[in-house]
Amino acid sequence: MIELINVSKSFTLHNQGSAVIPVMQGASLKAAAGECVALTGASGAGKSTLMRVIYGNYLAASGQVFVGDLDVAKAEPREILALRRETLGYVSQFLRVVPRVPTLEVVAEPLLAVGCDKQAALDKATGLLGRLNIPERLWSLSPTTFSGGEQQRVNIARGFAHDYPAMLLDEPTASLDAQNRETVLSLIEEAKARGAAIVGIFHDIEARSRVCDREINVSEFTPGMAA
Amino acid sequence: MTPLLQVKGIEKRYGARIGCSDVSFDLFPGEVMGIVGESGSGKSTLLNCMAGHLEPDAGQVIFGTRADGPVDTVTMSEPERRMLSRTDWAFVHQHARDGLRMSVSAGGNIGERLMAVGDRHYGAIRDRAIDWLGRVEIEESRVDDRPSAFSGGMQQRLQIARNLVTGPRLVFMDEPTGGLDVSVQARLLDLLRGLVREMGLSAIIVTHDLAVVRLLADRLMVMKSGHVVEAGLTDQVLDDPQHAYTQLLVSSVLQV
Repeated sequence: MIELINVSKSFTLHNQGSAVIPVMQGASLKAAAGECVALTGASGAGKSTLMRVIYGNYLAASGQVFVGDLDVAKAEPREILALRRETLGYVSQFLRVVPRVPTLEVVAEPLLAVGCDKQAALDKATGLLGRLNIPERLWSLSPTTFSGGEQQRVNIARGFAHDYPAMLLDEPTASLDAQNRETVLSLIEEAKARGAAIVGIFHDIEARSRVCDREINVSEFTPGMAA
Repeated sequence: MTPLLQVKGIEKRYGARIGCSDVSFDLFPGEVMGIVGESGSGKSTLLNCMAGHLEPDAGQVIFGTRADGPVDTVTMSEPERRMLSRTDWAFVHQHARDGLRMSVSAGGNIGERLMAVGDRHYGAIRDRAIDWLGRVEIEESRVDDRPSAFSGGMQQRLQIARNLVTGPRLVFMDEPTGGLDVSVQARLLDLLRGLVREMGLSAIIVTHDLAVVRLLADRLMVMKSGHVVEAGLTDQVLDDPQHAYTQLLVSSVLQV
């Protein structure tokens, strides 16, 4: 479902003496349907960079990045938009929303975007918010004023609202208490069971060994650091 | 899917100076495109060329009309273009007073556009005007007030209602949130986003506010000295800018 072939990435800083910083070289990985692959490596090794290359907000310098049949490295903006709407979900570490939109709608939005019936979308959002222990009295408020942990859970609810065939998870269990962590891990297991291909970053070793089928150390792709 | 708007090689010169040059892109139904760049980079010139307010020196602006399919709006007759700008197109000015009739009531401002496309029943026009005031969050009791008695944010919302009442398919916006305070901006952004979603609108938004485009635009075009220096997916252009100017622009934003 997700396949990277010989991907490289570098940043050119035009305003700082045109310095070219190579950050990734020869990155290849594969995640099949129903499989969860963990990216490991020290901080700065390029885990998040790799995720962003897959999601398309970083432009790969060379190589191919397949999600389904689409090569994200060469796709048109509207093809990537359609991919993100229907196929590829991303749970980032930060919630980015339009101010003033109620939490329930923030969570239901990905479903509405794929043409889901409004009531069905709201029902699903309600279910997810309930499972993630967001108190019902907060659902009609914008999440911008919520605590960090609550925002994180709203973000997860939003990320799991639509049944994406492929998902990227950036530390989904960070800063969660035991009960919520358990909920998130079962959401991941359910996603795998319905056949989602997942690539994720998990600093929580126990969580990683429970949901991930394989690990890939991204330091192997860091230029000048390969053993 | 066929593009709603195809812009091909648009160029506008002011004497020897370049307004904008060699701009080409396709816009598809439901897409929102942002155009960013510093003052004088040619954003507004480009927008005005596309919307028919300025005549480009070269290039084509091909719009997929409902009746006749793709038509070059640069070469169409003035009455045809005017009809298009009342029905399928809308233009939201930075200063609401440029897009409103300040001496006509709020309801009259909305109704005027309906009458321009042939509506004649006073009651029906008034009902739709009130419905639209509600959608842009202006109280019904203000329907007979003149826009000069409205706050800046309300004027801007009224301008949007006036523009969208005829169900356009393409909206041009020139700095729609410029000059408004941040809380009013947030409200307007939320409103615009909702309307774009519900009505399946395509929009082209000129702004220099990168936060606005991140929230509203699917795609982004960066202009400098009349030329497009970079274009692509909004978050890709903002997160991984390739051109020196875009890098400067993105790194110049103050963090809040």
